[in-house]
Amino acid sequence: MASMRDIKRRKSSVQSTQQITKAMKLVSTVKLQRSKGRAERSKTYFSCMYDTVVSMLSRAGEINHPFLQPSESKKKGIIVITGNRGLAGGYNSNIVKLIKNNEDFDKDDIIIYPVGRKGKEALSRFGYEMSEDYSDMIEEPVYTDAMKISKKVLDDFAAGEIGEIYVAYTAFKNTVTHIPTLLKLLPIKVEDERDDNEKAVLEFEPETEEAVELIIPKYITSLIYGAMIESVASENGARMQAMDSATSNAEEMISKLSLLYNRARQGSITQELTEIIAGAEAIS
Amino acid sequence: MNLTIVTPDREFFNEEVDMVEFNTTEGEVGIYPNHVPLTVIVKSGVLKITQDGEVRHAALHAGFVQILPDEVTILAEIIEWPGEIDGSRAEAAKERAQGRLSSGGADIDMIRAEAALRRSLTRIRVSDLR
Repeated sequence: MASMRDIKRRKSSVQSTQQITKAMKLVSTVKLQRSKGRAERSKTYFSCMYDTVVSMLSRAGEINHPFLQPSESKKKGIIVITGNRGLAGGYNSNIVKLIKNNEDFDKDDIIIYPVGRKGKEALSRFGYEMSEDYSDMIEEPVYTDAMKISKKVLDDFAAGEIGEIYVAYTAFKNTVTHIPTLLKLLPIKVEDERDDNEKAVLEFEPETEEAVELIIPKYITSLIYGAMIESVASENGARMQAMDSATSNAEEMISKLSLLYNRARQGSITQELTEIIAGAEAIS
Repeated sequence: MNLTIVTPDREFFNEEVDMVEFNTTEGEVGIYPNHVPLTVIVKSGVLKITQDGEVRHAALHAGFVQILPDEVTILAEIIEWPGEIDGSRAEAAKERAQGRLSSGGADIDMIRAEAALRRSLTRIRVSDLR
């Protein structure tokens, strides 16, 4: 049996770890509330955006634009959104796995646009090609950040460097459910299940082709922005969960160690007593 | 006619209005109720909302507008009320853009500087309307 001093030292180290995980849990709970609010506030914008793009593309047959056509280039660009920090359970590694285990993705044909240091580090270790790093943005994503990323990927798409654009992010379903998701941004394919009568009749000014040219980048930007804020919410949710279970694990360990400690203490007292009594008996 | 203005971060405005005017790629337009369904692209300019005889202004810089007979939805990337504009910053941005335009340079810089100039001019105009 371990000595009393060892157990005591172990217990206090677990205790201080628990204090840290508890504090981290509180911090991420607060952050989660904030990022959840943000994600909800921006929902109206995205649903409006989506409706417009769908109604625009429901007549895509007539529109001939590079954004809607399969491209020549075999390369695929993936915007990978992860966190800058670990200790969030499977949050970062799930995204990495999502890309690594996807059979459609050949490592040599992939260019990664990393947003978040953890995903960047893991994927570059596996030998993926990296483009510009946007990791700083994930701390506090604002709309102009998404504009920068979408401009870069659209430029690369227009230049023929990449033929398809994806975004890998963690969708935020609710506080406990986060789903690693791969979303194809370009070329766009919108499935419209409504029949023709329901479609809003919309005229465009300027002409439809020009409107596509101007609206699609905004659509892409809004998708990237949405993916970023959902990922932030998921990250905080994942960290909160991870820290919650770490705290309760520490709790469990502490109670086990307390039991061991008390038993060792009792054992040593009993032993001392026996020794004293045996000594007294020997003298008398 | 209901006017809804949404930005990626918030719902900016959602009220009944009589008329709304703004600047598009095709020129300035004013929308009354019962307009034909139309989608237009916004160009930086002053947004003017007429509501029960009162007029409100805002600086609208980018986005697009979906017009239906009884509903107008503005998806704005950047929009500000006059009170949210920093006049001195806009003034500085204007001078910077003008300086860049007069010094000349690559085409892409020119386009960017022009857009910046247009934005700062809109901001100055709107904050003067306050």
